[in-house]
Amino acid sequence: MMIELTDSPFDPGALLTAFSKGRRETGAIATFTGLARAEEGATNILELEAYPGFTEAEIGRIAEQARTRFGLHDLAILHRVGKIAPGEPIVFVATAAGHRRAAFEACDFLMDYLKSAAPFWKKEHGPAGERWVEPTERDHADRERWS
Amino acid sequence: MARVLLFGPLRDVAGWRERQIDSPSLSALRALLTDEDAALGEALAGKGVQVAIDQALVRGEAALTAASEVAFLPPMSGG
Repeated sequence: MMIELTDSPFDPGALLTAFSKGRRETGAIATFTGLARAEEGATNILELEAYPGFTEAEIGRIAEQARTRFGLHDLAILHRVGKIAPGEPIVFVATAAGHRRAAFEACDFLMDYLKSAAPFWKKEHGPAGERWVEPTERDHADRERWS
Repeated sequence: MARVLLFGPLRDVAGWRERQIDSPSLSALRALLTDEDAALGEALAGKGVQVAIDQALVRGEAALTAASEVAFLPPMSGG
C-alpha cells in the first residue's frame, strides 16, 4: 500500500505500469487521475498545502478502511502538494482487486474522501488574486454516499 | 519551546507559518497568541479549527513540553 505526497510532477502511466507488475491473482485494477483545471483562465496556479506526516497518516486510515471494505489486494495513492499548473496531474489513485466492481468502487470511495475531507488546504491563484477554496456541497454529498 | 505550526488560511491571518513558543499548556498558548494578535486568536478559536499535538488530534486542554509540536488545522478542504 503506497501513500505518498510529492511536490514534483508525475507520470500516471508509469505509476500504473509499476502498480500492475507481478500480480497473479488480481483480476482488476482501477485508476483515477485528477488534473488541475484552468477554470477558463480564472486559475493560473493551484496551491496545495499538506501537513507532512499527519496528512499521509490520515489518508492511510481511510485507505485501510477501503482495503477492508472492498477486499482490495493493494492500493496506491500519490498526491501533489505545492504549486500545480493547469493540466498537471494532482492525484493518482490505483486499486487492485479480484474483480472489477470492488476496484471501481474503492477508487470512487477513496476519491470522494480525498476531494472532501483529506488534510489539504487549497488556494487558487488567478488574475483576480488568490483565494482559499472550501469543499463544495457536491463534494460533501459525494462523501455522504458511502456512510 | 514548543514548535507551533499554522496551516491554510491561518498562516495568512498570522503572517507566519512556524514559531518556537514557550508555553506550559494549549490554553496558555492560545492566550499568549491572542494577546499578541487578536485577529489570530479569533481565527484559532474559529469554527472547525482543530489542534494536533505531535500529529495526533486533541480536544480541549493539553499540556505542552519543550518537545511538543502543536499544529492548528483549519477545516480541511481536500485536494
